[in-house]
Order: sequence, then C-alpha cells, then structure tokens
Amino acid sequence: MRWSRVLAVVRRDLTVALGSKAIVLPAVIVPLLLLVVLPTAIGLAPRYVDADALGDVEQLLVLLPAEVLGTLPEDPALLGAVVTLTYLLTPLILLVPVMLSTVLAADGIAGEQERGTLEGLLLTPLSDRELATAKLLTAWVPAVVIGLLGAALYAMVTNLTLGRQMGEWLLPTTEFMVLAVWTGPTFGAAALGAVSLVSVRSRTTQDAFQLGGFVVLPVVAMVVGQGAGLLLLSVWALVGAGMVAAGAAVLLLVAATRSLSRPRLGPRLG
Amino acid sequence: MTPAPVLRLDGVTRRFGRVVALDDLTLEVGTGEVVGLLGHNGAGKTTTVRLLAGLLGPDAGLVRVGGLDPVVDGAAVRQRLGVLPARPIVDDRLTGTQNLAFAAAVFGMAPDVARDRAEELLAAFGLAARADERVGGYSTGLRQRLSLARVLLTEPEVLLLDEPTAALDPVAARQVISTLAVLASRSDRTVVVCTHDLAEAEALCDRVIVLANGRSIAEGSPAELAAAHRPGELHFDVGAAQAGHAAEVLARLVSGAPRVLAGGRVSVTGVGHDEVPQLVRHLVAADVPVHEAVRSRPSLEEVYLALHGAIPSEGERP
Repeated sequence: MRWSRVLAVVRRDLTVALGSKAIVLPAVIVPLLLLVVLPTAIGLAPRYVDADALGDVEQLLVLLPAEVLGTLPEDPALLGAVVTLTYLLTPLILLVPVMLSTVLAADGIAGEQERGTLEGLLLTPLSDRELATAKLLTAWVPAVVIGLLGAALYAMVTNLTLGRQMGEWLLPTTEFMVLAVWTGPTFGAAALGAVSLVSVRSRTTQDAFQLGGFVVLPVVAMVVGQGAGLLLLSVWALVGAGMVAAGAAVLLLVAATRSLSRPRLGPRLG
Repeated sequence: MTPAPVLRLDGVTRRFGRVVALDDLTLEVGTGEVVGLLGHNGAGKTTTVRLLAGLLGPDAGLVRVGGLDPVVDGAAVRQRLGVLPARPIVDDRLTGTQNLAFAAAVFGMAPDVARDRAEELLAAFGLAARADERVGGYSTGLRQRLSLARVLLTEPEVLLLDEPTAALDPVAARQVISTLAVLASRSDRTVVVCTHDLAEAEALCDRVIVLANGRSIAEGSPAELAAAHRPGELHFDVGAAQAGHAAEVLARLVSGAPRVLAGGRVSVTGVGHDEVPQLVRHLVAADVPVHEAVRSRPSLEEVYLALHGAIPSEGERP
C-alpha cells in the first residue's frame, strides 16, 4: 500500500466535499444546533424560565444511578437542566459521527459515480485496496474528529451554563467519555460500512442518502429513548453497544472494501 | 508486420449479462503504432479500452499490456497508460490546477516536475487563464481539453483515447487532433483512438481495426482496407464526343455497368489494378482516345459504411 496515493485521494475528496454546500451546511449546522444551541438553551433555561414550565422532572430521577442522586440540586429548574444535559441528551453526540460518515461516504462513493469521475479514479495506478482505504478514511476520520469536537463543545457549553451554579464541572462523566471516544467512533464506522455498501450500488447521492438513512435510526432511537426518559444507558451498556457496533463495522467494512474494487465497480460504469 | 506488441488481446470474450460485448476478439498493437478502433455504438470499443486498463476482466481469453495482465498487475499497467474515457474525467468541484495536481500526486510525479508540466499543458490547451476556476464553470469542450491535459500530464507510454473529440466544437476538435498528431508522431508512443469520426481516424491512424458486435471485421491501413473492401471507381477521360461509345466498349469488358459522367468521363467499378492496361488497349483499339485513367480513392467513411452494409458494395451496385 502506497500511503502517498491514499493521502492524495483523501485530500482530493475532502476538497471536493468542502466544495459542496449540500455537505458543508449540514456538517456545520446540525452539530451547532444539536451540540451548542440546544444545550445552551437548556443550560440557560433555569435562569429565565419558571420551574413549573419545565414540567415534572421527578420521573427522570428514577432512571439515575443512586450515587448520583445525592449530588443533584434541589431547585427543580436547575435539576431539570442538569439531568437533561448531563444524562438524557448526551447520546446526541453520537449523531454527529454517524451523520457525517453517512454524508461523506455517500458523496465520496455514490457522488463519484453521479459526477462521472469514478472512471477517472479507477484509471489511476491506485490499487483496489488503496482506493477503498482512501474512501473509507475520507469519511470516517473527519466524522470522528468533528464528533469529538462536537462532544467537547457540548461539554463546554454544559459546564459554562450550569457549572457555576453547581459549583463544579458536570461533564465529562464516565458515560460521556465512553460515548465520545468509543461508542461514537464505532457507530460512525458501522454507519460508514453500511452506507458504503449502499453507495456502491446507488447511481446517485440521493439514492445513497435515502437507503443509508436507515443506519441513523438506531442512534435516533437511542437518543429519543434516553431523551424521553425511557431508558438510561450505563457505562457498560454503552461499552456493549460500542462493541456490537464495532463487530458490525468490521463485517460491513470488509464487505465495503470488497465492493470498492474494480471487479465490482468496473461493470457498473456507464 | 506489426512491431512487438505492447497491447494484446487474444481470443477475448466479455459478456454483460446476456449481452456479448466482445466475442473472441484478437488484436495486437505494436509499440509506436497509432491504431484506430472503429465501430458503431456497442461494437465493443469502450469495453476493449476498459479491459486494457484493467477496469474489467475478460470472461475468456488473454489481455496483456506490455506483457502484464491488467487485472493482476493493474497498478503497473495503469502507471504506463494514459486513458481518456468518453466522458470528461475531471471533477467539477475542483479547479483545473487542482485536478492536475491530484493526477500528478496519484501517479507519483515529483511536485515541481508536475507543476511545470501542468503549466505547460494548461497553456498549450488554452486553459491557463481559467486554471484556478472550478471546472463546474467550464464548457464541455474545456472539460474535455482539461481531461486530455490530465491524461498527458504523466507522459504515458500508451494512450487509449475513447472518442477524444466527441464533445468538442470543430475548432477545439481540430486543435486536439493536431496535438494528438504530434504525440502520435513520436515513435516511442503507442496510441489507440476509438472514434466514430472516420476523417479523424484517417488523419491520425497508421492502421484501423473495424469492430462490429464485439468482433474485428476488418483490419489494415486505410489504403489497404479500401483496396480490399471498396477498390474505388476507375475514371477514363475520353472526351465528351466519345464517352457514349467508350461506355459501350467497357460494358462488354467489365461486370458492372459503366456510367457516363460529366466532362467526358466514363466510370467503371470492380476493376483490379492489373486489368487497367487491357481496358485501355481495348478502348484505343475501338478508336476511343484515352486522355487519362484515374482511380478514385474512397474515403475511410465509404469503406466503413461498405463494411457495415450501410451502402451497397461495388458488386451490388445497380
């Protein structure tokens, strides 16, 4: 494997992706909305909103570990904001690596076919392995890096808005760290594998998005479930979920690597 | 005789589902040759190029480029090839310069060499002023010129050009053909041009191979093909007064009916090279003055159409 070739493709694909508003806008706006604007609003809410307006937070407390309960504030408004940002909404940080790896993989593979540049790429001396490695890295690395940045921003916003009133930094908790550095990247890798497989068979980026959109559903279910107070994932549950995602990622990425090869792509050229 | 083959297909068959794109095709291209692959859409030209570049594998038969199997030694083969597909291969979201820089990097060119060469090609193709604009704003012709610049950037030993002027306006097409003619004149460079443009093939190619339904149906230089498949008409300039009489004399000697043309000329077809002196003798013996006997050379287009049965062959003509 010649890494100079791989890096040339990664550089080119990222330049191409950055040249598309359809990719850049969601990549910037969604993390900003979910990981900065939303937690800022929730974090500032106790200062400006009547506690009654926040609803009953008591039902959320039954989900929390016993050792946490003693550390929570008594003010209902502050309690609601702390529980929401520290526990319930933290799975939002999974959405960024999953969404970005989906968008970048669809653009880098199905988009390449749609723009008619795939044949030009296949006509270079890149080996099939170099091609697959470049395509997968182009999607996964930025997704994970931006996912980690997003998680850091979420933690920073939570600490800045609530930390002073609580007299301590609330994040990162152990669960948050596991989500950010293990569950997020593995979910991103699994999503990447699935969308890559779909993208190889798709003629357009839109097709790949539509079919690949299903991979976001488990994450959305997790976010909604925890956000609605239906479940609370423990550290071990998050480690386990990450392991399942890692296993799925290995299988899907191996299959995707096989699909990103001339014997599979060549006959699909128009 | 073909020089040592750098490109070789031996009994190659390639199917796509039930469609047979190449059917037991055998061809060789020697080092330094300029060969045209002619054929209708679906004749197998693009499949041939993709097999040579290792984008496809054959279902049967042997494909070799410089002795290497493009499927097994794909990277080494493609390092030697410059392939221009029918569609522009440059990315709309990159600038002209970025497209060339990517090609240089992936082909392993030294950055300073690549930069100089890119500037030279951009200038040669009239793209220098727009080199830093995104290709999305280029016309189809400009994109195709940039694609050709990208292919030539790495100075490949073998050029495979699939419809290189199909998307170009006549001026740009002429410019590209001139560039290709210069490239083709280099004895160490092998060029295969797939084209519908028979004038282009005639201008560029030492040899043409005519494909139909995935098979080679004719092969040779344009002159050889003409001689073999459409020898052309023989015109006798006998003067207006004697043209009718000459036609009567010739009608007894040749299989097809002679035609009396304007300017005192009579035309016959289906006459071989060795038969001409005998016809002249008969005409002179019949008191027909033969001022000139000229054989018209058919264009490659006429030969091509005759091969595909689109126009009647000489013998079938009324």
